[in-house]
Amino acid sequence: MHEMGIALQIIEIATASLPADLGEARVARVNLKIGKLAAVVPNSLRFCFDVAVKDTPLAGADLTIEEIPVVARCKDCNAQWTIDEPVFICKTCQSGSLEILSGRELDIESIEVVEEENNDSG
Amino acid sequence: MIPGDAFKMKRYFHHKDFDKPHHSHSNHPRDDVSTQKSGTREIKVIRRVLDVNEKMAEQNRRLFAEKGLFVLNVMSSPGSGKTTTLEKTLARIMPEIRSAVIVGDICTTHDADRLSQTGAPVVQINTDEFGGDCHLVAHVIEKAAVTLDLDDIDFLVIENVGNLVCPAEFDIGEDSRVVVLSVTEGEDKPVKYPLMFRECEVALLNKVDLLPYLDFDKEKAVDYIHQVHPDMSVFEISSKTGQGFEPWIDWLKNKIRTKIS
Repeated sequence: MHEMGIALQIIEIATASLPADLGEARVARVNLKIGKLAAVVPNSLRFCFDVAVKDTPLAGADLTIEEIPVVARCKDCNAQWTIDEPVFICKTCQSGSLEILSGRELDIESIEVVEEENNDSG
Repeated sequence: MIPGDAFKMKRYFHHKDFDKPHHSHSNHPRDDVSTQKSGTREIKVIRRVLDVNEKMAEQNRRLFAEKGLFVLNVMSSPGSGKTTTLEKTLARIMPEIRSAVIVGDICTTHDADRLSQTGAPVVQINTDEFGGDCHLVAHVIEKAAVTLDLDDIDFLVIENVGNLVCPAEFDIGEDSRVVVLSVTEGEDKPVKYPLMFRECEVALLNKVDLLPYLDFDKEKAVDYIHQVHPDMSVFEISSKTGQGFEPWIDWLKNKIRTKIS
């Protein structure tokens, strides 16, 4: 639903991250981490990304999405587990006091650029 | 999104290359990446995609703290009764608590027209001017907030766009979040939209006056809420009849007093 806005943000961040000395190099891939609790549908995001990269330095770039599981830690008994269904209660001691260790990510990890042979960076 | 993005999207749909097979699902390097003439360099970025919004939200939060007002973000699916709930809530706390409203919709000013009857200043945001977004973002809230006289307000309530998915992802600088769930929806909304119910402090279970006519299993709905968010406060209300409003109003007044004192 809001994946187009997110795709545009990704393109903006990736473009701003390009070193000034890259010359004609282009972005071949963007590596993303998306937590399973994030309100983002990976396939919708890919679709929007493919549409939005046209006429930008990311034209034709691939989007690699690593889905991050929801991992919680119980603040009472310290148990740690992966949440596969929407139950945020400790399986060991039934406490509801949890710390979410992962699963909310929506992060750009890196971009991969293709450098032409005759670039000054070699 | 910024103005004009929706048009850009339309233009891209007609791009002549659009029907070419795309390769995003492949994890393999493109052919031209692995040619001898070029090499691939990985540049570490490590940034949150929404960090522009998050920074703007922090800026809003600082502004609201400076002006000494409590800001509530009210979210729900369309038709759960957000606007009626706010009308009835404002009628109970005004003029004792000086209130203002920012209301987000994709289009129309119907909700703003209704809410302005309460006497509170109301700013309507129509997101179709910002690309038709299904949620409010921090920089749009900032634009709306500065049109209000924040020095004369104790309570700013923001009625988000009706949607249980996207608004949960976007911090707008609020102090607290409330989700309205009506008994004409499914009991399992909390487990279908866990992020929304985890991100909110309170759930208002609305339209309880209709329970005798519905198959809605209230206990099950509350169980689902607590399965997703064990210490969530749930207030059963009817915005039509006013039933159950006292505990909710007490909670809200307490929050406002704590923030502004």
